[in-house]
Amino acid sequence: MAIENRKVTVTVNGQERSAEVEPRKLLVHYLRDDLGLTGTHIGCDTSQCGACTITVNGDAVKSCTMLAVQADGAEIMTVEGLGTRNELHPMQQSFWEEHGLQCGYCTPGVMMAMIGLLKENPNPSEEEIREGMEGVICRCTGYQFIVSAVQKAAKIMAEANEKNDQKVAASQLVGEGNL
Amino acid sequence: MIPVKFDYTHAETVDEAIKLLQESGGEGKLIAGGHSLLPLMKFRLTEPGVLIDISRIDQLKEVKKEGDRMIVGALMTHNEASKHPLIKEHVPLLADTVRQIGDLQVRNRGTIGGNIAHADPAADLPAAAVVLEAEVIVQGEDGEETMGIDSFIIGPLITMLPENSIVTGISFAIPPAHTKSVYLKYFHPASGYPVIGVAAVAGVGADGNIDYIRVGITGVGDIAFRAESVEQTLLGQKPSKALIQQAAKLAAEEGEMGSDLFASAEYRENLCRVYTERALSSILL
Repeated sequence: MAIENRKVTVTVNGQERSAEVEPRKLLVHYLRDDLGLTGTHIGCDTSQCGACTITVNGDAVKSCTMLAVQADGAEIMTVEGLGTRNELHPMQQSFWEEHGLQCGYCTPGVMMAMIGLLKENPNPSEEEIREGMEGVICRCTGYQFIVSAVQKAAKIMAEANEKNDQKVAASQLVGEGNL
Repeated sequence: MIPVKFDYTHAETVDEAIKLLQESGGEGKLIAGGHSLLPLMKFRLTEPGVLIDISRIDQLKEVKKEGDRMIVGALMTHNEASKHPLIKEHVPLLADTVRQIGDLQVRNRGTIGGNIAHADPAADLPAAAVVLEAEVIVQGEDGEETMGIDSFIIGPLITMLPENSIVTGISFAIPPAHTKSVYLKYFHPASGYPVIGVAAVAGVGADGNIDYIRVGITGVGDIAFRAESVEQTLLGQKPSKALIQQAAKLAAEEGEMGSDLFASAEYRENLCRVYTERALSSILL
């Protein structure tokens, strides 16, 4: 049986990408090998360790356990989409400041898993953060510093959202001629 | 790890999925979240010739309450089900159970229908399914049929799903409003799979006696089972620590304990007793 490649169109970190891929190609291989986005790591390759975690339509997903063809039409974010060297994402900033990593191998996956967690629960308790990390494995830190980093990131992100909401509310008032 | 070559197609409707299964001549395998199937394919333990992606069939993502039953679309993910207001209100046991499956990333992809159709003996959901008297809704070449969970899952990874058929939903019994429920598991620290999982629903009537009791156990053997001896011991009695201890001793009665690398049969039998006692104490005392 001749097997045809399938056309896949995805938006990766805000950019639309299209490719003909073999159906058996894993999403993580598409991101790393075809798009050169090697920030997404492969650890266990058996959907245990979470090093390959990315977000697909906002949800944290292990990209070693998804086919590229299954992602057709999806919005994907990898660690490269978080921030830039000059303007770090609050998650990156907090990992830096709180020493949320040692060797760094698991870090991209942990950060993306935590982006997914904060989308579900923007103000998690320490226990909820620890529970939310059950899908990632770090062999260096003992997790404590990661938890601190995520707590800080959640706080910064919540404050930014609040400011943003105030701005939106203010601009609506202006729009209605109340200010 | 890379699976062997296979072809890939996707279905927009249930009828199309059935047609694609027929056309595949036995080579086709349905894929939804793929969190049971893809790991097996990567290990090359299964080698379907064609994957039929059903994840875009939106009608299979709905939840509806019909009388005293909750019909959950096969494609609802574990994470969606754990947060769904109707499920949380009427079948909290289901929400509690699926919230304990795998991890957030897995729950974002894995589906209720896929979990049941895969029939993993170490899965969490079957404990809740036997307790909530689940019925599996199957659409096939000759139309729709409904199969009780006990006649659907008949062994480890073995179901009675007819050829060229698709699980479209699972119907769960809504327990009486005065009942409480719990899913308690002891999981293997590496895999997260239950070494034992106990699901229980219990209610106490106006006279102070237990008037509703269901106990289901998963993970200890080839198949999840209802601990009927435990239920019979408790029904009509006034809940007490001594009564629960006495009942929990019978927890392994209806099951066949497996013995493997992770746990011996004797240890599993003990876990049945301990976890049944803890689960029942948490909702009855």
